[in-house]
Amino acid sequence: MHISEGILPLKWAVLWYLVAIPFLAKGIADIKKKLVANPAFKVLLGLMGAVVFIISCMPVPVLTAGTCSHPCGTGISAILLGPIMSVFISSIALLLQALFLAHGGLTTLGADIVSMGIVGSFTGYFTFKLLRKFNLSLFISGFTAGLLADWLTYATTSFELSSALAGSKPMLPLFLSLLAAFIPTQLPLGILEGFLTGGMLVFINKRRPDILESLGVIARNPNSTCL
Amino acid sequence: MKLNIKKNIFFTVLFFLFLLLACNFAYAKWSGVDENVVEKVALEHGRPAWKPFINTDQGDLLLFAFLLAGVIGGFVLGYNWRRLFIEKSDLKK
Repeated sequence: MHISEGILPLKWAVLWYLVAIPFLAKGIADIKKKLVANPAFKVLLGLMGAVVFIISCMPVPVLTAGTCSHPCGTGISAILLGPIMSVFISSIALLLQALFLAHGGLTTLGADIVSMGIVGSFTGYFTFKLLRKFNLSLFISGFTAGLLADWLTYATTSFELSSALAGSKPMLPLFLSLLAAFIPTQLPLGILEGFLTGGMLVFINKRRPDILESLGVIARNPNSTCL
Repeated sequence: MKLNIKKNIFFTVLFFLFLLLACNFAYAKWSGVDENVVEKVALEHGRPAWKPFINTDQGDLLLFAFLLAGVIGGFVLGYNWRRLFIEKSDLKK
């Protein structure tokens, strides 16, 4: 999913930065507001930041494909923090990876933020909300949110690459061939990400249901106290 | 307690079996999709990847960087995990 340094032509790199900047600005403003209202929120923010950073740079070997790739972690962070704050913590993770871990790049950071941060977070968040409206269980809603957040992140990377690299040729064949190249690795990893997301939600619901209630993830219990 | 130990042994054996299988897949190169798909397609279209501005991808330096990132990330995760799930009272207002 990380687009390496220098792969995108300048105009495309600038375009993806322009798409990402408003989300980042709103994310910073929201986090500031939330921390002023409740300083204890930074514990959850720190936890989710570490989760997204570690998950999104952890190469997982996929036996069926003989390659390695990583989940994204944006599904769970968007469900817990909301999509806008999730965009911000994803961009911090992506920036650190571009600077020190030779993953992604500074010129391609905007595109990476759009695919993993924006598309991943919004897909995870809205999928979860939609499925909960149909009264599906916490695990099934979380699983589907994590799965789709992962797959759509890689679909967006395919779109970003094909739109920038197709040149004068039609973009669709390149887009489809990129998608097909990602499928053997991301198909099982998306399922893994689904289990991670659903499992984390079920775990938190067992240990600290008050957190999920106060974040609006599950219906509020009048006796809830924290966050 | 006994059940937990059995469970831990089972998952440890399962993990090493997985590693054994993974390491012995003859055709597998275990390259990342970033390299295998993104950089490959970009190169085919005349856009080779540049070297990173801070190039840690040299010898064991990348291994060190990943280990350090894992340690720091793991510390932050563990610290906040402890505050959230062990010292529950900290968050109550």
